[in-house]
Amino acid sequence: MSPEQQIELNLAKTFPYLQGKIRIQRARRVFVDVEAEHFGEVFDYLVQRAGFTILCTITGLDLGATLGALYHLAQESGIVLTVAIAVPKEAPVIRTVTSTFPAADAYEREMVDLLGMQVEGLAPGNRYPLPDNWPAGQYPLRKDWKPADEPARPADTKESVNA
Amino acid sequence: MPKSRRVQVTIGPQHPALKEPESFLLTLEGEIIRDAGVRLGYNHRGIEKAAEGRSYVQDLYLIERVCGICSHSHSTCFIQAVEEIAALEVPKRAQYIRTLIAELERVHSHLLWLGVAGHEVGFDTLLMYTWRDREVVMDLLAALTGNRVNYGLNTLGGVRRDISTEQKDEILKAVDALEERTRYYIGVATEEITLIDRLSGVGKLSREDAIRLGAVGPTGRASGVKRDARKDDPYGVYAEVEFNVVTSDRCDVYGRTLVRAGELMESYKIIRQLVRAMPEGPITVKAPRKIPAGEALSRYEAPRGEDVHYVRANGTEKPERVKIRAPTLANVQVVSHMLKDGYLADMPIVVAAIDPCFSCTDRMIAVADGRASPGTLTWEQARMHGIEWHRERGLDFADLNRRFAGRGIH
Repeated sequence: MSPEQQIELNLAKTFPYLQGKIRIQRARRVFVDVEAEHFGEVFDYLVQRAGFTILCTITGLDLGATLGALYHLAQESGIVLTVAIAVPKEAPVIRTVTSTFPAADAYEREMVDLLGMQVEGLAPGNRYPLPDNWPAGQYPLRKDWKPADEPARPADTKESVNA
Repeated sequence: MPKSRRVQVTIGPQHPALKEPESFLLTLEGEIIRDAGVRLGYNHRGIEKAAEGRSYVQDLYLIERVCGICSHSHSTCFIQAVEEIAALEVPKRAQYIRTLIAELERVHSHLLWLGVAGHEVGFDTLLMYTWRDREVVMDLLAALTGNRVNYGLNTLGGVRRDISTEQKDEILKAVDALEERTRYYIGVATEEITLIDRLSGVGKLSREDAIRLGAVGPTGRASGVKRDARKDDPYGVYAEVEFNVVTSDRCDVYGRTLVRAGELMESYKIIRQLVRAMPEGPITVKAPRKIPAGEALSRYEAPRGEDVHYVRANGTEKPERVKIRAPTLANVQVVSHMLKDGYLADMPIVVAAIDPCFSCTDRMIAVADGRASPGTLTWEQARMHGIEWHRERGLDFADLNRRFAGRGIH
């Protein structure tokens, strides 16, 4: 049995609700869909008992009705397990993981700024990466967001320069 | 002044010591930094959003421009994810060429860093030497890809340029010359007492803190964290070449210097193996314009550490989401920790020691067309002008040139 299959087996045994939610994409790449309410216990198990001690990054997603957060966790062995959760767009609340991974601070702030995620327990601090005077409620990575005043590029730029 | 009196100083976002905008809020007690906060984002260009509105091939060129130094790193990291989703079998020869360019990029990046580090501690001779030697690898990259940076080498399903037998000889010759120079720098770094004393004990980062804070690349490896995506999560053809992951247990800027110098030597070793074992065959496979729905996570050991790209495809010709985590983002949080309880004057070298990414693409261009004004010099003319200018003032480089003659160094 490959180490990836062993991880799948252990996960499904520890958390029966994960059966059928685990996907081995290739060697060293495993994806798991977790209900937001179960995220804490699955995450803690992976970090503390399954050796996923490296947080590669967190990806925020606009999935239409929900916002997604993908936690890319890695083992020293090179296996990356992506834990995917989704929270409703009207109340996109997730818990911070900065107590386990201090480096998650920037990744979580990025989701706050660019997708409008609300991260419970995230310590106050500088915003990242948008400027301090960025208008409230504007989340650039949401699919329905368009730059408000993007200057239209003149079609005849080249000609006008040469003229 | 009472010892407890603390002063807050803001450094940046524009600051002469740092070539990219970031802002530090330092709390000082005398000369000692007691607390450091970092504010980033001044260079946010919205590339992830822009990538969603462009085709995969357009994104390849966009993402190559995330960084001016490790451009091939981002391009390869992204394309690996797309190729995984599309289930493309990239030909072996293409993978060899990608890996070869990746290592040449590491060489130019680490030589660049060595110069910057020298400059930040007032050792500008080292800057002049390393940046001169770096030209050897820059010329090589330009010859192999057409560009010094932003090589435009990758394409969906392979690479755009092949490597000829003559070019292989050129690579091996250049690597010999660079290896000799790197040996000299290792000599300098291990024997030059002023450099050792200046860098030792500066920017301390214990192994525990490096792991806890998520340090990546040479910054982590210099604190004894033996992590390297090339070994742990092999991509390209790294599984087929033999090399060591260089680490140091010194946990300071000096350790970071030794690790990068050691990595240069390992890169030469890898490059030689790649050139000699490069199989014949096609350099690309036909790729579809529309990428089937799916997702992939790609890791890549860039010169500064682990680069992470996540790509989600939705079956169209444009990606649904592209997420980029450049190594500096993982390391910049380590910086504020390293600055604490250090001297204010050490701040430039401590920040520089993680090798934050900044663009360095300026160069003189030879004007090839007939519209050049009489005041325009070609590269060769400009070089000769410089040599003459110095000779008239009593500085003759002919002796140095003789010594380096035949080693590919000009």
